[in-house]
Amino acid sequence: MTDDVHSVQVPRSGGWTTFGVVSIAALIATQVFAFISSPPDVNMGQLEKILYVHVPAAWVMFLCFAIVLVYSLRFLWKGREEDDLLAAAAAEVGAIFNGLTLLLGMIWGKPAWGVWWVWDARLTSTLVLFLVFVGYLALRAFVEDPQRRGQWSAAVGILGALNVPIVWESVTWWRTLHQMPSTMQDMAKIYWVGMFANFGAMVLVMVYFIRRRYEAAAIERAAEHAAQAAALGGDE
Amino acid sequence: MAFRDDVRRIRAIAWKDLTTERRSKAGFNSVVALGVTILVLFGFALGPDAQALRDAAAGAIWLSALFAGVLAFNRSYQVEIESGALDQLLQYPGSRWAIYVGKLIANALFVGLMLLIVVAVGIALFQVKIPTAWPSLIGVFALGAVGLVVLGTFYAAMASRSRAREVLLPLLLFPMLVPVLLAAISATKALLVGDIMHESGAWIKLLAAYDLIFLVATLWAFEYVIEV
Repeated sequence: MTDDVHSVQVPRSGGWTTFGVVSIAALIATQVFAFISSPPDVNMGQLEKILYVHVPAAWVMFLCFAIVLVYSLRFLWKGREEDDLLAAAAAEVGAIFNGLTLLLGMIWGKPAWGVWWVWDARLTSTLVLFLVFVGYLALRAFVEDPQRRGQWSAAVGILGALNVPIVWESVTWWRTLHQMPSTMQDMAKIYWVGMFANFGAMVLVMVYFIRRRYEAAAIERAAEHAAQAAALGGDE
Repeated sequence: MAFRDDVRRIRAIAWKDLTTERRSKAGFNSVVALGVTILVLFGFALGPDAQALRDAAAGAIWLSALFAGVLAFNRSYQVEIESGALDQLLQYPGSRWAIYVGKLIANALFVGLMLLIVVAVGIALFQVKIPTAWPSLIGVFALGAVGLVVLGTFYAAMASRSRAREVLLPLLLFPMLVPVLLAAISATKALLVGDIMHESGAWIKLLAAYDLIFLVATLWAFEYVIEV
């Protein structure tokens, strides 16, 4: 079962700590910029400020799941364990951003709509996506054999990604029978600048997080390989 | 020639699974009993007002079928795993997807029969009036059951061979089935009240598309899932 497991390259930390500091600093800077530069919204007042974390978090979440899809496919294609670990790292980070998106959306929804939750297409699809990737991470936690864990979670990741547009479509239809889904209003340019700047900074943070999780997973795997080799009395 | 061999393999697997089921019967009977029990519990939660029951009937029937059906999928592998037969099955020559399709057919018959009983009991308990468009309703149930069985059989191939299989299968399966449930419940509901808004057609198309997409995707992915 583990015949085709080859040893994992342990990545070097290198300049990643600096990268992490820079990306967190960039996020703080773009947040401050967005707070200062944007005037209060006519309808929402200062409430619009939450969009600078909420919307970029949602975009980053999609980016993470795109990475899961790409690296899952690559793992099934080439069988390199690094790809599996990278997909898993992206899934973990994506789940965090997904949870953040939901939470921030609810914090915004309470004062804006008067309720914590509405069964609108966007909210509901995001929640379903969150549940799909909780399942993905649970599967990884319950399977020990690395080859099996890799191939199974790749399949679950690919099918989950395939399901996203279908869930979106079905929930939209389901909702439109009752009420129109919430749409983005036309926004002034200054809001967009703040939003994109924050998105850029958050992508840096995402890259940093994924890298760190990947490093940790790779080191864990390398330790397992070493223990296995020692147990077999090999010279590896 | 090769295709005919695959058909024979599929038939052999389906026949084997159904025979095991028929000889024991305990599995099917308890799954059906559970489905009916869940229906009764929904009745307690939603009733006893007749109109409220009728409005909720579609959702209650589908969810009962889902909760009972999920038990069938792990079973279809468990018997084999316990006796070590799955490893042998994989050693035989021939394509792996034939194993999947065989199990799919056996599970479809199992769940289809279970659904038939649950629906009949649901119609009686929830005081549903059978609409004139009942053939479409049968189509909705068939398409919904196929979606349920396709993903259920696929995910059970993993869940049944992991630790914590009882939790893992529903955890993986239910979020994936959201479109099936929404489409099946909405179409059933619409057809039960005479489809005044002509919305059932769109839902039926969605169900058919979902079934097709995931049938192809799981056929492709099964090889990777079963070989390890």
